[in-house]
Amino acid sequence: MRRACRFLPVILCLILPACSPPESSSATSSNAITDRGSDTLVNLALAWAETYAKIDPSVSISVSGGGSGVGITSLIEKTTDIANASRAIKPEEVQSAKDNGVEPMEFIVARDAIGVIVNPANPINQLTLQQVSDIYSGKTSNWKDLGGEDRPIVRVSREVTSGTHVYFLESVIRLGNSKDTTIFAADTLLLPSSEGIMSEVGQNPNAIGYDGLGYITPTVKKIRLSKDPAGPFIEPTVATALDGTYPISRDLYMYTNGEPTGKVKEYLDWILGPEGQKVVSDLGFVPIS
Amino acid sequence: MRVSRTVTQRIAFALLTAIMALTVLAILAIITYIFWNGLPAISLEFLSAMPSNGMREGGIWPAIVGTVILTIGTAVIAVPIGLLAAIYLSEYASDSPFTRTIRIAIVNLSGIPSVVYGLFGLALFVLFLGFGSSILASCLTLAIMTLPVIISTAEEALRSVPQSFRVVSISMGGTRWQTIWRIVLPQALPGILTGVILGLERAAGETAPILFTGAAFFLPQLPQSIFDETMALPYHLFVISTQVPGMPVQLQYGTALVLLIFVLAMNLIATFIRSYFRRKRQW
Amino acid sequence: MVRNRKLYEAIIQFLIRVCGYSAVLFVAAIFIFLLQAGLPALVEIAPSSLLGLRWYPITTQYGLLPLLYGSFIITFGAAIFSIPFGIATAVFIAEVAPRWMREVLKPFVEILAGLPSVVLGFLGYLVLAPLIRTTLNLPTGLTALTGSILLAAMALPTIVSVAEDALDAVPKSYRDGALALGATKWQTIWRVTLPAARSGVLTAVMLGVGRAIGETMAVMMVTGNAAQIRWDGLFYPARTMTATIAAEMGEVASGDVHYRVLFLIAIILFLITFIVNLIASSMLIRAKKRAERMLS
Repeated sequence: MRRACRFLPVILCLILPACSPPESSSATSSNAITDRGSDTLVNLALAWAETYAKIDPSVSISVSGGGSGVGITSLIEKTTDIANASRAIKPEEVQSAKDNGVEPMEFIVARDAIGVIVNPANPINQLTLQQVSDIYSGKTSNWKDLGGEDRPIVRVSREVTSGTHVYFLESVIRLGNSKDTTIFAADTLLLPSSEGIMSEVGQNPNAIGYDGLGYITPTVKKIRLSKDPAGPFIEPTVATALDGTYPISRDLYMYTNGEPTGKVKEYLDWILGPEGQKVVSDLGFVPIS
Repeated sequence: MRVSRTVTQRIAFALLTAIMALTVLAILAIITYIFWNGLPAISLEFLSAMPSNGMREGGIWPAIVGTVILTIGTAVIAVPIGLLAAIYLSEYASDSPFTRTIRIAIVNLSGIPSVVYGLFGLALFVLFLGFGSSILASCLTLAIMTLPVIISTAEEALRSVPQSFRVVSISMGGTRWQTIWRIVLPQALPGILTGVILGLERAAGETAPILFTGAAFFLPQLPQSIFDETMALPYHLFVISTQVPGMPVQLQYGTALVLLIFVLAMNLIATFIRSYFRRKRQW
Repeated sequence: MVRNRKLYEAIIQFLIRVCGYSAVLFVAAIFIFLLQAGLPALVEIAPSSLLGLRWYPITTQYGLLPLLYGSFIITFGAAIFSIPFGIATAVFIAEVAPRWMREVLKPFVEILAGLPSVVLGFLGYLVLAPLIRTTLNLPTGLTALTGSILLAAMALPTIVSVAEDALDAVPKSYRDGALALGATKWQTIWRVTLPAARSGVLTAVMLGVGRAIGETMAVMMVTGNAAQIRWDGLFYPARTMTATIAAEMGEVASGDVHYRVLFLIAIILFLITFIVNLIASSMLIRAKKRAERMLS
């Protein structure tokens, strides 16, 4: 009997984990909205949530970042009501969603211009898209090759989970050519946040970086860009993004599972309406139309 | 030329003192820097209000509450298990291959990276057991992470109690558990407390384990149950120092300072208890 | 009354046993979960791809070598700084410092332990990285070295605290005996106390280095996260396995290839720490047996 008792603890250790709680409620209870995803959108999403809370205090909206990839994954796994993304959902992701019983519905909620930035002490003021592509793919490694000082180029970027990163890869490094397989140079710094990018570019004269307009601080210098080597070289601003003269601007998205209903629908309608769009321009992003 | 023992000693001691001084200076520099930059941000409002205006204003109350909840939750789970495990190892276990396996397991647990704990917590507590991204999942993950520190230091503390104490107790008719509970444990308490506090400090300051098991960027209200997500100071600091543009640097330092004070307070209590009991040590 | 006590004792002993076994259970559980989630990656991805030199999941390039290299070089750098500093500090606190100073220094070092990695990472990229860039004249200050320094700072208090406790646990009689035989204080420390505390000091170093290998947030913020291999990699950006998992984990859907590879990385991390700890454990056991033989 004593002998057998010795094994009881072991058995218990194996049984205990099998007990699990009642299924915890999924993302939606009627008055709570979860909003997850793009770090580019996160501050905008937060501002929307806060402003909306004053209009409809019965709704509580929780906001999280992590990257466009995080948001879309959460949508697929049904752990969020709204997914924020700074890039369009990929066909593979749509397929995964459908496999999981989720129908992603896309809403363009704002626009954003991507600014290329350098240290204020850098004498360079303008570049063509091809030059930026060559820098980031590793072909150009010294500022003097572009007419600047004799300094090594330190490439700074967002992480691979960032929609901004993916957008930059497709539209700038690959210049929109979907057959191109060029990728970032191996020594590109992949910083987890916009703040890190501003900090590095702001105090390192060797650095070049990129980020959404809403995140660029006065501590860095924006480069004027042009598709064509002959010019004109355009400064990234809300105006040039709106009228399309600035070559790299993009849509920002929110995705829901199917047609939104109830409080989520009211929230999205408000975001797409004049009040929501006012918040967009207050934050330095570009309102839709 | 043989160097005299006295000279060797002087050199050795000078080197040790220099290293110690360097370490102390570095620690002082870091703390002073945080205090200097963060103190102006601290006010009653900062500590007790909810964040507003995209976290750029208002306070960090929900993050403070979150960290307190997570720390207590971790302690509630990890301390009993860890202490009992340490008692097992120090008082009951014989030197068998199985006991050696347990020791190896503990040392291994302490070496596992915090992000792997986060992955495990995600896979087991959030997904498999269905707790979802919640305080419960985070506390369980943090508890397993804290376990090895508690067990190692508690066992070391229990072992350092001389065998004579146990022998005398048993010879006077005490049972094994009575001996442990009334004699050995109280004597080993200072060392055990060190381990518990070191472990909990780390749990309070860790970000990776809670990243995918329960931390949230922004919640409009305090968590209502253990199945809710929560804000937490370390994650909050990470978020405001990396994600929020135009975040006043002072508030970042302020948040860092609050976390630091939280931890310093735990330290102070532990130190006081430990020095008090060291004086009363009976061997 | 006697029967109640016996039952009580039995229950307590049962609980104690369960908890004693719990560590093994957790390690096994973690390993099993990791295996179950990560091993399929070995099937889904060609080994030649895994041994590639580029890590870029977006184009399904899953070369693990640069990540292994990054973790290795940063941990190595951290160990170089923290082990000598840590042991020296522990010796100072336990043996050289007068009583009053000890009571001040111990909690002081523990303050460093309390500094969350996020805080150090934050100070790292604001203050340390620019400093390293300008003093060492590097292209950027976000390097493996910066990460190593921060990691050393984080491992230090663990090493100091546990080593100091180990030194303190050496019975006074050992020191008294040595001094009585005419040894100087330093000779006593170097030849008697330290060797006697050897197993505890080793445990301290292991716990400390273990902390360093597993650190995520601080390295993510200061090492630049560039997956590359260079012979002088300490002075250039690097990407650790831990930062890779933390940065990319949120975006992977459970079950897809990227998810599995991240778990594969976790398995590798687990195995590395397992092997290191296994070696250290066996050293400890052998040292203990030797000590017992000497005393008997």
